[in-house]
Amino acid sequence: MTTPVMGHAPTRASWGSRVWSWVTTTDHKRIGVLYFVTAFSFFLIGGLEALLIRLQLSHSGNTLVSAQTYNELFTMHGTTMVFLAVMPLSAAFFNYVVPLQIGARDVAFPRLNAFSYWVFVLGGLFLNASFLVGAAPNAGWFGYANLTSSQYSPGLHIDFWVIGLQVLGIASIAAGINFIVTIVNLRAPGMRLMRMPVFTWMTLVTQFIIVTAFPVITVALVFLMFDRFFGANFYSVAAGGDVLLWQHLFWLFGHPEVYILILPAMGMISEVIPTFSRKPLFGYAVVVYSGMLIGVLGWGVWAHHMFAVGLGPIAESVFSATTMLIAIPTGVKIFNWIATMWGGRIRFTTSMLFAVGFIAMFIVGGLSGVMHSSPPADLQQTDTYFVVAHFHYVLFGGAMMGIFAGIYYWWPKVTGRLLSEGIGKTHFWLTFVGANLAFFPMHFIGLLGMPRRIYTYDPALGLDTLNLVSTIGAFIMGTGMLVFVFNAIWSRKRGVPAGDNPWGAATLEWAVSSPPPVYNFSVIPEVRSRIPIWVENGMTPVPAVPPEPVHVPPGSYWPLVAATGIIIAAVGAILKTLLVVLGGGAVLVVAIYAWALEPFEI
Amino acid sequence: MALLLAAVAVAVAACSGGFPQSTLRPTADFSREIDTLYRTIFWWALGVFVLVESALLFVILRYRERPDSGEPKHVHGSTLLEVAWTLAPAVVLVFIAVPTIRMIFRTEGTAPEGALAVEVVGHQWWWEFKYPELGITTANEMHVVQGRPVGLTMTSKDVIHSFWVPKLGGKRDVMPGRTTRIAFTPDSVGVVYGQCAEFCGDSHANMRFRVVVDSPEDFPRWVAAQQAPPAPVDSTAARVQAGAQVFMTKGCIACHTIAGRSAGVIGPNLTHLASRTTIAAGILPNDAEGLARWLRNPPGEKPGSLMPKIPFTDDELAALVTYLQTLH
Repeated sequence: MTTPVMGHAPTRASWGSRVWSWVTTTDHKRIGVLYFVTAFSFFLIGGLEALLIRLQLSHSGNTLVSAQTYNELFTMHGTTMVFLAVMPLSAAFFNYVVPLQIGARDVAFPRLNAFSYWVFVLGGLFLNASFLVGAAPNAGWFGYANLTSSQYSPGLHIDFWVIGLQVLGIASIAAGINFIVTIVNLRAPGMRLMRMPVFTWMTLVTQFIIVTAFPVITVALVFLMFDRFFGANFYSVAAGGDVLLWQHLFWLFGHPEVYILILPAMGMISEVIPTFSRKPLFGYAVVVYSGMLIGVLGWGVWAHHMFAVGLGPIAESVFSATTMLIAIPTGVKIFNWIATMWGGRIRFTTSMLFAVGFIAMFIVGGLSGVMHSSPPADLQQTDTYFVVAHFHYVLFGGAMMGIFAGIYYWWPKVTGRLLSEGIGKTHFWLTFVGANLAFFPMHFIGLLGMPRRIYTYDPALGLDTLNLVSTIGAFIMGTGMLVFVFNAIWSRKRGVPAGDNPWGAATLEWAVSSPPPVYNFSVIPEVRSRIPIWVENGMTPVPAVPPEPVHVPPGSYWPLVAATGIIIAAVGAILKTLLVVLGGGAVLVVAIYAWALEPFEI
Repeated sequence: MALLLAAVAVAVAACSGGFPQSTLRPTADFSREIDTLYRTIFWWALGVFVLVESALLFVILRYRERPDSGEPKHVHGSTLLEVAWTLAPAVVLVFIAVPTIRMIFRTEGTAPEGALAVEVVGHQWWWEFKYPELGITTANEMHVVQGRPVGLTMTSKDVIHSFWVPKLGGKRDVMPGRTTRIAFTPDSVGVVYGQCAEFCGDSHANMRFRVVVDSPEDFPRWVAAQQAPPAPVDSTAARVQAGAQVFMTKGCIACHTIAGRSAGVIGPNLTHLASRTTIAAGILPNDAEGLARWLRNPPGEKPGSLMPKIPFTDDELAALVTYLQTLH
C-alpha cells in the first residue's frame, strides 16, 4: 500500500482502481460523501414508504395495502428516517465539514471512521433486506414490549429489527467517540472552544448524547434479544417481567435521540443564517450554552412519552415541568437566530430559504410540544395524529429543512459547483408548501380523534377530507424531493463553478479550495477569531500549494472487512445458526487484529 | 398564512358537529377539564406563535438585501436581550404549568363513592366490559349513566392497549400485569366513539368500541335485560334451533359464552349479542348482513383475528345469523 503524498488522488485512474480507492478510503471527505449518498438513498426509500402510507389513508376504508403491510410500512418509515436517513445525513456533515471547520487534516481515527460508515451501510441494507424475505419489522419504531415477544410477534420481523438496531448502534457509538476526540484534540492552534463554529459545537454536543444514549437502547435491545432468542423473561409478564421496563429504557434513549436528530440541524442553520445575513451569530455563547443545556435536559424528560401509562401525580408533574423547561433554551435559540437577521443584509439563497423555513416550522413544532408537555392535555393528544403533526414539524420542518439548508450551503464546497438556485427555489417552495399541507391538517385529524398507526379508519369519524389534503401535501413534498435529485444531477456538470468561498462565509472551511485538497490545509492555520475570514488577521494564510510534503494516511480495507464480520454474525442470528454467528465473529476478530497491526508509514 | 387560515376554517367547521370521536366536543367532566386546560395552553401558544412568526416575517422582509443596503454592523449580542427572552418564555410556562399540575392531581382516576364500577379487559382486538356489582359481562359497548360517576379498572389479557373515548376523557394505557384506572362522569345522553390508542398488532385499527350514555331511567332497563337469561331456544322457530345447533357443533362454544349454553372465555360473551349495535369491535353493523359478512371470514374483516374462518354452508350461516339475532 502506498502513501499518497500531496495533491489530489490521480484523476485518470482506471474504473476499478477508482472504486477501490472509495472502498478503502479513510479520507473524512470521501466518507462524508459516501454517508450522504447512502443516507439520501435511504431517505428516498423512507419517503416512498411515507407516500404509500399517505395513499392508504387518503380515504377511509382503503384497501391499497393490507394491515400487515401497513404496519411494516410505518415501522420501517420511522426506523429508516431516524436511523438511516436523518442521523447519517447529519453524519455526512460531521464528516465533511467538522475537520475543515476546526482546521484539522482528518478525523482522529480515520479507519474507525470508515468502519462506522461500513457498519452503517451494511446495517441499513440488513434492515431493508427484511422486505425481500417478506418479514419487515412491524411493531413500530418504538417496538413496545410485549408486542415484540415471540408469542405476539412470531417470525423474523422483530428479529431483523432487534439485530439491525444493535448493528447501527455500533456505527453510531464508534463515530461518536471519533468525533469527540477529533473536536477536542485536533483543533488548529488558536481555535479555542469558544471560537469553534456553532455547527462544530452542536456536533460535539450531539456526539456526547450519542455515546451516552445508545448504550441505553443497546441494553433494552439485548434484553429483547435474550427474550426472543434464548427464552429470557425481561419483558414477560407471566414470568414476573415488566412491560414498562422497555418503555423506560426506550424513551431514556428515545428522547435524547430527538436532540441527536435536531441539534446538528440547529448547528447548520447557525452557520447559514449569519453568512447570508452578513452578520456574526447573535449571542454566540448563549446559543452554544443552550445547545448544551438542551443536551443535558434532554435526559430528564423521557417519561413525557408515557403520560398515558399512569405514572402517578408526582412523576407526571416532575416530567411535565422538565419538559416545559426545555422550551426555554429552544426559544432562546430561535430569538438569537432572528436577532442575527435583524439589521442584516439578507440574501435569500435557497440555503437561506430552508434555514428560515426551519425557524418558521420549528416554532409550530415547539409550541405543539409545549401543548403535550401538559400531561392532562397530552392524554387527549398522545398516540394521535396531533403528535404525528408535532414531530413532523420538528423532524421534517426542523431537522430535514436544516439539513437541506446545509446541503445547499456546503454543496459547492464538496463538489466545486453551485446547485442551481432556480431549481433549488422550486425545490424549497414545493417542500415548504407540501410539508405544511401534509402536516398541518394532522393537528386537526388528531384532535378530532384519529389515533396513530391505524391502517384504516371509520368513515363516520368525518376525517376523509383532511386526510386527503394531507396526502396531497405529501405528494407535493415528494415532487420537491425529485426536483432536488434533478438539481443534484444537473449541477454536477452544469453548476456554476463555486470558487473557494462562494457565499462570502466566515469560517475556516471556506479558506481552502472547493473541493478541498486531500490534506485539507497546506499549512494548518493559526486562528485568531471566531469569524476568521471576516476580520482582519483572523487567521494565518493558507497557501495554495503546500510548502512541504503533507502526510495523509493510506487507505485500508480492514474496516470494511470488520464491518462485514458484524453483518455475517447478524445474518447468522437471523438464520438461527450459531456457526455463522461464530464465523462472523471470527472475521471481525481477524479484521481488528489486521487493522491494529497494519503497517503505518510515516 | 393562507394555509393557516384555511386550517382554522376547517377547525371551526370541525367544532360544529359530526365528529363522534372529537376531543373538542367534551361530554364528561374529565374531558371538559382537559378541554379547558387545552384551550388555556392553546391561546398562550397562539399568542407566542403570532408574536414570533411576525417577528420572523418582519425581519426577513425589512432586512432583505436591497441595492442600497450597506454592510451590516457586526453586533455580537446583548446581555439584556438574552435575559429578557430567557425570562419571557419562563413566565409564560408558569401560566401553563400551574393549572397543569393542579389538574394532574385532580384527574388521577380515583372514582368517588357510589361510582359505577366497570372492569375493562383489553384483548387483541376487542374490549371486554364487566360490571362486577351487577353481574354483567359484555363486549365492545359499554353502558354508563348520565350524571353518575364511572370508575374504570383496566387490565389486558395480552399486549398493551389504550382505552380512549375522546368525548369522555383522556386515554389510559391498558397493560398486562398491571391495573390502571380512570374516572369520569358523563353529562349527556347518547353514543360516543372510542378506539384503542396504543399500537397492539395487526388489527389495532379495528379495535373500536362505543360508550352508550343512558339516561338514569333507561339504564336500569338495560341492566335488567343484560341480567336476564337468554330466551330458551326450545320455544322458538325451527330455523333458530338449527342456528343454535350450528353454534353448539361448529366450534363456537370453545371461545364464546352464551349463558346456559356455553362457557368459552377467549372471545366476547354473546349472551346478549343482539342488544349491541355493532359487532367485531365496532367495525360492522350488528344486522343480518353484518353478522353474515363477519362469520363468513373473520380474518378477512379483521386481519390477524383469533376467530378463524369456519367453513359454514349457506344454510348453516343463515341459521346461525338468525339464532344470534335472537340473543336480546
